[in-house]
Amino acid sequence: MNDLVIETRELRKSFKGQAALAGLNLEVPVGSIFGFLGRNGAGKTTTIKVLMGLLKRDSGDGRVFGLPVGGESIGIEIRRRLGFVTEDKELYPYMTVAQIIRFTRSFFPKWRDDLEQRYLKLFDLPPNRKIPDLSKGMRSKLMLLLGISHGAELLILDEPTDGLDPVAVRDMLRELVAISAAEGTTIFFSSHQLEEVEQIADRVCIIDRGTAVVTGSLDDLKTQYLRLRIVFAEELPAPIHWGEGADHIRQEGRTVEILVSRNVDALVNQARSLPGASVERLPVTLKEIFLESVRSN
Amino acid sequence: MIFRLSPSSGQPLYLQLMEQIRHAVETGALKAGDQLPTIRKVAEDLVMNPNTVVRAYRELQHEGILEPKHGSGVFVKESVGGRARVTRKAQAIVESALERLADLGLTEDEMRRLFDNELAQLHAGKASGGKNE
Repeated sequence: MNDLVIETRELRKSFKGQAALAGLNLEVPVGSIFGFLGRNGAGKTTTIKVLMGLLKRDSGDGRVFGLPVGGESIGIEIRRRLGFVTEDKELYPYMTVAQIIRFTRSFFPKWRDDLEQRYLKLFDLPPNRKIPDLSKGMRSKLMLLLGISHGAELLILDEPTDGLDPVAVRDMLRELVAISAAEGTTIFFSSHQLEEVEQIADRVCIIDRGTAVVTGSLDDLKTQYLRLRIVFAEELPAPIHWGEGADHIRQEGRTVEILVSRNVDALVNQARSLPGASVERLPVTLKEIFLESVRSN
Repeated sequence: MIFRLSPSSGQPLYLQLMEQIRHAVETGALKAGDQLPTIRKVAEDLVMNPNTVVRAYRELQHEGILEPKHGSGVFVKESVGGRARVTRKAQAIVESALERLADLGLTEDEMRRLFDNELAQLHAGKASGGKNE
């Protein structure tokens, strides 16, 4: 399909017999802001490195811009068309902001001067400051500027807000949203900050031990997952056998709470058919979905 | 116009935005013919995904509350003025019902559950029969 920027099928990668990616399937549509979620060590950075051609996969397929990952020359082509903002903020320590911009633009014939100027001003980056003297937030913004100005169709960000203070986090998120709205750039960012993902992502993938355990549109997931709280007028005579989709059931006295992942209507009907039951549907946060899907270890 | 969303409330953001626009129209904060802010402005102001704003606007167009005008943006539909009047009338009915329930000593939660249950019954009655979409 052409409308996917990133696509992986059964992607596998092991380090010393230890599986980092265990058959990862991933689909990132063009123009999306895609939140790639997982605990530390779940395989997020390995995935990014394989996609960028910085690590070789063991098996399975990966495509970026429809190009197969793995080949040397194709890897260069892929890296040319994307911008990478990494948590490893070791940019050339002897260069100033202006120098790294000049250095980077020399590799990209389609460099966008207008975007460079716009973001230099917007991010308030001091041109003559040396890179190590910038704050973390400024360094991330500088990397974003480099990615945007070389006309990247895809921005890959590895933990972009790691180590930023709350104001800088909000600034960074606002810029990502602005870039997405103004340029239509696809943004793929890994994070374990669920609130950030919840705020700006339209699609998410939760990765756990090298496989995607939850994936889809964030709004759809929030519609699909629900918590039902059922209060019975009288003590329950016997335990209830709930239908399919009741993932997690908790009972305290006359109150039953069920985390539902599917078949909501059937479960609501089942609950309503019980004598003296009043049923409430409560929304579920991404955090609850996350905890539920990575709980089993 | 100020919208305020809570991303971690669990309710889909496009629904929250739709709700607030609907509310703004019902209360008259947005009037028929008013222009909505651009997708980009809403996305940046609220720090939310532009696609989510697009989805909220599109669904409200389907509901007949908003309409796009060629090349110039999205507007509150001219015909929703009547809807706002109906809503104000309905508001009065709900208000008096709530007062009477409060007189009976019901708590807010109890009222909400009753209301939701009745709505669900109504919904179930309307959709009686086919229940497998």
